[in-house]
Amino acid sequence: MDISLDLIYVPSEDIVARVIEDELIIVPLTAGIGDADDNLYSLNETGKSIWLHLDGKKTLRGITAELVEEFSETQTVIENDVLGLIEELAQRKMVVVIQK
Amino acid sequence: MSYAIKLKPHELNLWRTKKPVLGLIDIELTERCNNNCMHCCINQPEDDTDILNREMSTEFVKKILIDAASLGCLTVRFTGGEPLLRSDFAELYFFTRRIGMQVMLLTNARLITSDIVQLLVKFPPGHTVEVSVYGMKPESYNLVAGHQDAFDEFKQGIDLLLQYQVPFIVKSPKLHVLKGEQDAFEAWAATIPSMLSKPGYSMNFDLRSRRDNPDKNAHIEKIRATPDETVAQLVRNPSYLKDMVQFCSRFMGVSGDKLFNCGAGLETCIDAYGHAQLCLSLRKKDTVVDLHEVSLKKALEEIFPTMRELKATNPDYLRRCAQCFLSGLCDQCPAKSWMEYGTLDTPVEYQCDVAHAKARHFGLIKENEKAWEVENWKERLKHFEAIHG
Repeated sequence: MDISLDLIYVPSEDIVARVIEDELIIVPLTAGIGDADDNLYSLNETGKSIWLHLDGKKTLRGITAELVEEFSETQTVIENDVLGLIEELAQRKMVVVIQK
Repeated sequence: MSYAIKLKPHELNLWRTKKPVLGLIDIELTERCNNNCMHCCINQPEDDTDILNREMSTEFVKKILIDAASLGCLTVRFTGGEPLLRSDFAELYFFTRRIGMQVMLLTNARLITSDIVQLLVKFPPGHTVEVSVYGMKPESYNLVAGHQDAFDEFKQGIDLLLQYQVPFIVKSPKLHVLKGEQDAFEAWAATIPSMLSKPGYSMNFDLRSRRDNPDKNAHIEKIRATPDETVAQLVRNPSYLKDMVQFCSRFMGVSGDKLFNCGAGLETCIDAYGHAQLCLSLRKKDTVVDLHEVSLKKALEEIFPTMRELKATNPDYLRRCAQCFLSGLCDQCPAKSWMEYGTLDTPVEYQCDVAHAKARHFGLIKENEKAWEVENWKERLKHFEAIHG
């Protein structure tokens, strides 16, 4: 699946994301999201940090730039994490591209 | 590297730091039921308008759901009565899913329609639907359910669930009138794709949890499994002995005068009228919290923890239950005591007899021996674990 740094990705309307006790939990709402209908998903710390930037305004490149400012990591490392997370979630239909 | 950790709802490794206040909530959407099962501890007539008018409004149920979600709750169990009797069931179901909670639905399947089943397909509950089955033949089913058309409607509901591939499991009461159907029931259950193990049975039926029907109580006392029947049913499960060895090593022991040794009040059950209960069966007025007046958060964080510290004062309880090492085998609890005697701390003779029958079967006590009089119970438990562990 091709993920572009120049596109804007947002959480799908087919999931509900909840923050419970600092954990980011993704609850599939409709059939066909995720791997099975009874699964929940918890994002790791890296995934959660990226997810919280999916505001429908910034491209992945913009999000990467913000995260480079926030964390003491190289742009390459953060870019790989952003692309990795979005690819994983897009495959599960948990994020979608919006056109601006 | 994976960023999203896949979890089953029951997995305990979900919380890395602190657990949420509330993991699961039971909501009894109605006490009304389209069945009138001979063994039921709660059902009210489906067309009872007085009861209908007292039930929580749609908006009030939604408020409770929002409050539960704000406390971290991920799963709602809709039960009853028959929850599908509520005309707003679909609305409440969708609302629950939309705010990010999964649903466990307990039903007799008689009111499963194509609309309901399509809703479950489009927005999967996240848990298998649990269907109670009251017989494999129309005559027996209708007799148990107390309704002449019940079996046909149940069958239609089941057919819809199968046709639309909605995952469900089945369970059944163990009743004399269903004797002879157990093998057929288990054979049929094994054909259901989502049944991953043998069906569960209820047999030690509770008395009426609102203490509202002495005649029915008398009948339930007659039809619930005797202690020996209970043991005979349990040992049908080949892993029962092994399971019990593990269970005994963890939970057997003298419980003392603390009344709540179970999980009551760590989660909650909301009755059909908006009262938070410590558990599904404990409806004693001074142990429930009216959510019209008190918040769910306060009930869970302040009121229930205080109640859980209650101690027994009944001398009979203190002499027997408080000293008995069979606590892990015995279902004695404040709710059982409430249903049988209207108190929190009266030893329930039926539960005591069942626990003693189990203990005799395992060789933990001798014939006519009372477990609370056994002084060397630790040695007996060690011996039991050594032999069977």
